Amino acid sequence: MSGTAGARAAAIEVTNLAKDYDGRPVLRGISFEVRAGEVFSLLGPNGAGKTTTVEIVEGYRRPDRGTVRVLGTDPARAGRDHRARVGLMLQGGGGIDPRMTVREVVGLHARFHADPRDPDELLRLVGLVGTSARTRYRRLSGGEKQRVGLALALVGRPELAVLDEPTAGMDVEGRTATRELLVGLRQAGVTVVLTSHDLADIERIADRIAILDQGRIAALGSPDELTSAAAPLIRFRLAAPLSESDRRALAGALAAGGDGGGGATVEHEGGGRYRIPGLLPTPGLSARLASWCAERGVVIVELRTGGGTLEERYVELIGSAILDDELDPAR
Amino acid sequence: MSRPASPVQAIAVMTAMELRLVLRRPENLFATIVIPTVVLVLFSSISILPSGTARAVEFLLPGSIALGIIATSLVSLSITTAYDRSYGVLKRLGGSPLSRLELVVARLLSVLVVEAVQIGLLVAIAAALLGWAPGPTASPAVVAVAVLVGTAAFVGLGLLIAGSLRAETVLAVANVLFLGFLVVGGVLVPIDQLPDPLAAIAAALPAAPLSELLRVGLGTAGTTGTDIAGPLLLLAIWAIATTALTARIFRWE
Repeated sequence: MSGTAGARAAAIEVTNLAKDYDGRPVLRGISFEVRAGEVFSLLGPNGAGKTTTVEIVEGYRRPDRGTVRVLGTDPARAGRDHRARVGLMLQGGGGIDPRMTVREVVGLHARFHADPRDPDELLRLVGLVGTSARTRYRRLSGGEKQRVGLALALVGRPELAVLDEPTAGMDVEGRTATRELLVGLRQAGVTVVLTSHDLADIERIADRIAILDQGRIAALGSPDELTSAAAPLIRFRLAAPLSESDRRALAGALAAGGDGGGGATVEHEGGGRYRIPGLLPTPGLSARLASWCAERGVVIVELRTGGGTLEERYVELIGSAILDDELDPAR
Repeated sequence: MSRPASPVQAIAVMTAMELRLVLRRPENLFATIVIPTVVLVLFSSISILPSGTARAVEFLLPGSIALGIIATSLVSLSITTAYDRSYGVLKRLGGSPLSRLELVVARLLSVLVVEAVQIGLLVAIAAALLGWAPGPTASPAVVAVAVLVGTAAFVGLGLLIAGSLRAETVLAVANVLFLGFLVVGGVLVPIDQLPDPLAAIAAALPAAPLSELLRVGLGTAGTTGTDIAGPLLLLAIWAIATTALTARIFRWE
């Protein structure tokens, strides 16, 4: 996917972008390009600079240094013609008069465009039909507000959709509907930029990902490129957890093969889940694991090998920052 | 390529939505419709205030129209705009094809529509229930100019506070200004009946010249060029100054 995207023109060009708030650097000279028609995701812990980047791309903020071109235009100086080409979803789906109904707000924004999507059809796609469409915005749940925000971003048939955490607060059904919409947008050739904390979704949807950390780009590439750079890993799940002595015995059995398993550690991840980090997943290693379990009548429910998931690569890159973030979400 | 709707359509749909939302804000309807009507009917019926005219309604009708204009273009607009800023509504609209100028025009048009309803209602009540008739020197043109320039002055003032203060503060300031103009704006009592220092301050504020111009327009007060030019000039200065200041310091987020 990214290979074909490489030939396309840039929808967004960000060069040496820097922004400070009260002397505190939030962006420290980042550069990247979003190709026309690709789904590009910005990931990072809170405070990494994602929303600041997105708001500069949207034209809400001006950078202190560096340049941004969106569809060939400086977004901070763009007029109504440019804004008709770009659909925005603000964080939390907000920015809507609480007294307006869902149908009214989508209908209103539709009529700011010359050739909008049918609001009712769009509301059906985001899962807001019947009573929900007639409900005033203030009475909606967080997930429903997100769906309204998504509908507003798409109602003008944008060439570029910038979505700030589109699935935050959504239930499983909402996330599935959003994922399907994003896939539909990509098929229609719409360029999508999105931020998210849902790494599994991003890994499935995004063509390319930039991982931001403390105002810098820590990694940039396709999901395959990012995950293949992660340290090798074997992960397995047993029907029941092992005793401490069995876990040590398993590590010893894996070390016995002499094919790189010599330094094996078996880390317990909770329940029946274990991982063996830092080892190449050779056939011999997998066979010894299976054999050890078979001898003791231990059922392997799941066995996965490879470079790990995007989440694992993300944690590897961001390190303790994400853990700090989870402990203190207000950061 | 995705294109925006024409500016005329964008303004028209936004104005229609603004008017629909006006009906969903009962507190604003109370200030814009109920209070001016009560002021007109109550004080015209019991005549407890010195009006300086033969019949109280001749003084109070222009005053209650001025009060309605202040309620709509200052109080209601500033509170609505401040909360829209606080909720991020202005930010979201700023990211849509609707330009800021188009949004301001739509808000101004909705204010004028509400004022037209107010004036129609107040004049109808005065004529039907209180025996009011326009004076022989009444001039609809002067009334129209007073309404337009007065609206510009109070819209400028309303947006100035809405764009520079927190929403909760705007709520308090707008209501204090409303009460203040009710007392010293030539609405209930002629400003020459106020104590001297207060009368001097009242004469420099925009409410008194608006009330005065409306009295000229409805045929209650004088008709000379000076009677019109003085208050009109003062109102125009308020309109220009507040609009210029608002354009400089209004914060959209």
